[in-house]
Amino acid sequence: MKSVKIENVSKKFGHIHGVKDLDLHIKSGEFFTFLGPSGCGKTTTLRMIAGFYYPTDGKILFDDFDVTRLQPNKRNIGMVFQNYALFPHMTVDENIAFGLQVRKFSKAEIKQKVDRIRGLVHLSQYGNRKINELSGGQQQRVALARALVIEPDILLLDEPLSNLDAKLREETRVEIKRIQSELGVTTIYVTHDQMEAMSMSDRIMVMENGNVRQIGTPQEIYNRPSNRFVADFIGETNLIEATIDAINGNDIQVKTASGLILTGRKQQSSPTLTHMIGDKVFISIRPESIHEGTGENTLTGKITFVEFTGISVNYIVECLDFSLKVMIINMNGQFKKIGEEITLTIAQDSLYFLGE
Amino acid sequence: MEKTHHSSSEGNAWTRLTSANWFVYILVAPLFLVLFAYVVYPFYQTFKESFSGDDALSNYKNFFNIASPANIEALWTSIYISAISVICCAIVGVTMAFLLERYNFPGRRILSVLVLVPMALPPLVGVLSFTFLYGDSGIFPRAFQHLFGLEQVPFSLKGIWGVIVVHTFTMYTYFYLTASAAIKGLDPALEEAATSLGAGRIRVWTKVILPMLTPSIVASSLLVFMISMASYTAPLMFGVERTMTMQIYLSRTNGNLDMAATQSMILSFVSITFLIVMRWYQNRRNYQNLSKGISVHRSEVSSRSMKIMATIASFIGTLILILPILVLILISFSVDGAWKTQILPTDYTLDHYQALFTDERTWRPIWNSIQMGIVATFGNILFGVAAAYAMVRLNFKGKTLLDILIMVPWALPGTVVAVNLIAAFSTENIFAFNQVLVGTFWILPLAYFIRHLPLVFRSTSASLVQLDQSIEEASRSLGATWWYSFRRIVLPLTFTGILAGTLLALVQSFGEFVASILIYSTSTIPLSVAIFQKLYSFKFGTACAYGVLQICLILIVLIISEKLSKGSAGSAI
Repeated sequence: MKSVKIENVSKKFGHIHGVKDLDLHIKSGEFFTFLGPSGCGKTTTLRMIAGFYYPTDGKILFDDFDVTRLQPNKRNIGMVFQNYALFPHMTVDENIAFGLQVRKFSKAEIKQKVDRIRGLVHLSQYGNRKINELSGGQQQRVALARALVIEPDILLLDEPLSNLDAKLREETRVEIKRIQSELGVTTIYVTHDQMEAMSMSDRIMVMENGNVRQIGTPQEIYNRPSNRFVADFIGETNLIEATIDAINGNDIQVKTASGLILTGRKQQSSPTLTHMIGDKVFISIRPESIHEGTGENTLTGKITFVEFTGISVNYIVECLDFSLKVMIINMNGQFKKIGEEITLTIAQDSLYFLGE
Repeated sequence: MEKTHHSSSEGNAWTRLTSANWFVYILVAPLFLVLFAYVVYPFYQTFKESFSGDDALSNYKNFFNIASPANIEALWTSIYISAISVICCAIVGVTMAFLLERYNFPGRRILSVLVLVPMALPPLVGVLSFTFLYGDSGIFPRAFQHLFGLEQVPFSLKGIWGVIVVHTFTMYTYFYLTASAAIKGLDPALEEAATSLGAGRIRVWTKVILPMLTPSIVASSLLVFMISMASYTAPLMFGVERTMTMQIYLSRTNGNLDMAATQSMILSFVSITFLIVMRWYQNRRNYQNLSKGISVHRSEVSSRSMKIMATIASFIGTLILILPILVLILISFSVDGAWKTQILPTDYTLDHYQALFTDERTWRPIWNSIQMGIVATFGNILFGVAAAYAMVRLNFKGKTLLDILIMVPWALPGTVVAVNLIAAFSTENIFAFNQVLVGTFWILPLAYFIRHLPLVFRSTSASLVQLDQSIEEASRSLGATWWYSFRRIVLPLTFTGILAGTLLALVQSFGEFVASILIYSTSTIPLSVAIFQKLYSFKFGTACAYGVLQICLILIVLIISEKLSKGSAGSAI
C-alpha cells in the first residue's frame, strides 16, 4: 500500500482552472474521499492521480516516487469507473483476468486469483457470463474485482455507485467498505453524495470550484465546518447572519438584524474566526438541534411549511427576519399545521459560528 | 514496486517526449503527410498546369471564350443534366418512399426489397444493361418494331435523355433512403393533430409533411447534383460529348493537358462548393421528432379497382428494377457475334463463364482488379483507422482541415482525380519515391486509395464514437500499454465498423471505371476497362459475364455488411 502526496498541483483547461494549488497527503491504507458538487475538480484530481491528465503545475508522488508524468499503465492503480467501463466483448472472467494477462501471470495463477476475487465480490457463479447478461449491481462488482485483482497500490473509485438504484447503492456501499478494510488498500473515492462520503471515509476533502474548502474526518467536517460552503453543503443547516454583541468568558452573544439576541459558546466556532465585538458572523444551526418548547435561546415563529417524513416532521418557521428549517423527531404522531405559532429552543452548544 | 522504478527511470526521455503537449502532432503528422502528398500536391499540380498557357489566364480565357463555345456548352449541359436528374430522382425516390412506408398493397414486400437493386449495379454495368434493354438496338425498341412491323425502332434511349434516365434509375436511391428514414421518423400524431385542428388533406401535406421532409430532400438534392456533375460513364455510353467530364477525357486523349487541367479545376470548383454547402447544411438542419416510440401504420389499399391498379403498378416496378440484372445474365450466356437484329439472342453457351476462370487472357483483368483493389483497400484500412482514431480520440489543432482533406477526394469527380494524378506523377517525385508512377501498376491502386479514402474512415469513426472512452482508460489503468489496449479492446469492438467500410472500399475499387479509363496501363488492365473494351469489340457475352461477376460480389458484400451492422453500413456511401 502506498501513500499519495499531491504537492501544489494545478490543472488548467485553456484558461480555466480545473484544480488550483492543491496540497494533500493521503496516508497509506486510508479511505479518502473527494466530495463536492459537479465541476468542483474532484474527478480532475482523480484523473491526475490515475495519469489520464497531467498537471499543469506541481507534483504527484506515490510514497516518495514521482509519478507526475508517468503513463497510467505504469502506476499500478486499480480504477472503477462511473459507468464501470467493462469490456463488452469479454466474459466476467476475461474482464477480471485482463490486468493479470497484461502482467504476464501464468494461466494457473490467473485462474486461482480470478476465482478468489470473484468469491470476494460474491460472483462465484457468474464467471462465464457475458457483461450484458449482468444486472447493474453485478456489473459494478465485476468492475471492482477487475480493479482489485491486480493488487493495486492505490484503488481509485469514480462515483461508482451513481448508476445504481437507492437500495442497491446502500448495499454496495457497505460491500465496498468491507472489501476495502479487508484488503487495506489505499482508496480514493470520488462522490457528490455526502451520505456516501460520511459513512465510508476515514477523511474527506470538500472541494468547490477547483479549490479545497476543508479536509478532515467526517465528524470534523459535519460538526466543525471551517466555512459557510462546507456547513451548507454537508447536511442541512440554517445560516443566519449576525453581529457579535458581547463576549463573557466562554459565552458569545450575537444579535441578528431584527435585534434578536442568541447566545453560544466560544469554542463552537470555526478556527479562522477572530472574536471581536462588532464582527459580522454567520450562525450555523442544524435543523435537528432545534427543539419545541422553552429553554436556552427561546424564540417564536409562524409555521409556513409542514412535511411529514415518517421518522420526523420538518417545519419551516418564519421568525422575525429569517426562516428556520426545523426537524422534530416523530414521537407521538402529533404535529402542527401551517399558520400556527410555534415556540422553539436552541441549546447554546448547538450554535456554531462561522466567518465570512 | 522495484520494477516500476526501474522502467520509468530508464524510459524518462521517452516519457518526457510522450507527455509533451506537441507529441500529438508527431502522431498525426503521417496522416497529414499522406493527404498532402496524394491529395493536395496532385491538386496543386493541376492547378499550376491550368495556368501554364501563353499568359497565366489564357486557358481560362479559352474556356469562357464565346467564339468557341464547346466548353461553356459542356458546363451548361452538365449543369442542365444534373438539375433535371435531381428533379427526376426526387420525384421517383420520394414517391417510392411514401408508397412503401405508408401504404400496404399487393406486391409491397417484393418491391421494398428490390427498390435498392440499383445500388448493386456498378456504374458501367448499369449503363450497359440499359443500352441492351432500351438503346438503339435494344430489346424493347426492337420488340415493338417487330410487333408493329415498323421500318425503324419506334423509340430508343439516347443522348441527354438517355443519360438522365440512367441517372434517375441509379441515383433515386439516395432520395429513397433519406426520405424513407425521414418518413419513418415522422410521427403520425403530427398529421392527426393537424387533421384534428381542421386541416384538409392538401393542407396537411403542404404545411406539415413536406416541411418535415425538406431537410432530407435538400441534402439528397445536393448529393445527387454533385454525383451527376461527376458522372462520366453515362455520357460516354450515350455519346453525349458536351459534358465537363467528357471534355476532360477528350482534352486529355487529344494531348491538350493544359485544357484538361483547366476544365478539371472548374469542375472541382463546382464539386467542392457543393460539398461545402452540403456539410454546412447537414450541420444546421435538425428536425428532431419529440415523441418517442413512433408506430407507423400503413394505410391499406382497399377498393377493388385500386387493388388491381396497385398490383399492375408494382408488377411493372418490379420488372423495371430487376430487368437490368436479368438482361445481363441472359446476354452473358449468349454466343458472341450471333446476336444481330433479333429481339433476343438466339444461341446460348456457358463458354464465357468457363473462360472467366480458365482462359488466361479473360482471367487476367479480374486478377488485376483483385490485386489492385486489395492493395488500395489495405491502404484505406491503415489510413482510415488511424485517421478515425485521431479524429475521435485525439485533441489537436487542424481537425477540421483533416476532415475536409479526407472528404475532398470523395467529392472530386473520378476524372479529376485521374487528371490530378497524371499532373503529379508523370514525372519522378519524392512522394513516389523518385519513380514515375503513371504507366505502372501502382497508379491505379493509388487512385482507388484516394477515391475511397472516406469509406473506412467514416464507418470506423462511427463505431469509435459509440465506444466509450472510459473503456480504453480502464484498460490503461489495468496496466495495458496503448498498443495492447488498441489490439485487445479497440480493434475487437470496432471490428464490424472497420469491416463494413473495408468491404465497401474493396467492392468499389473492384468496379472503379471513371478514373481507371484515364490512367490504366496496358499491362494491368482493370476489370471495368476490360468490360468497356469487350463491348467495343462486340464481345457482349464476355462483357456481361464480367458484369454479372461484379454484381455477385457486390451482393455478397451488401449482405455481409447488412448482417454485420444491421443496416447502418449503407451510411458510409
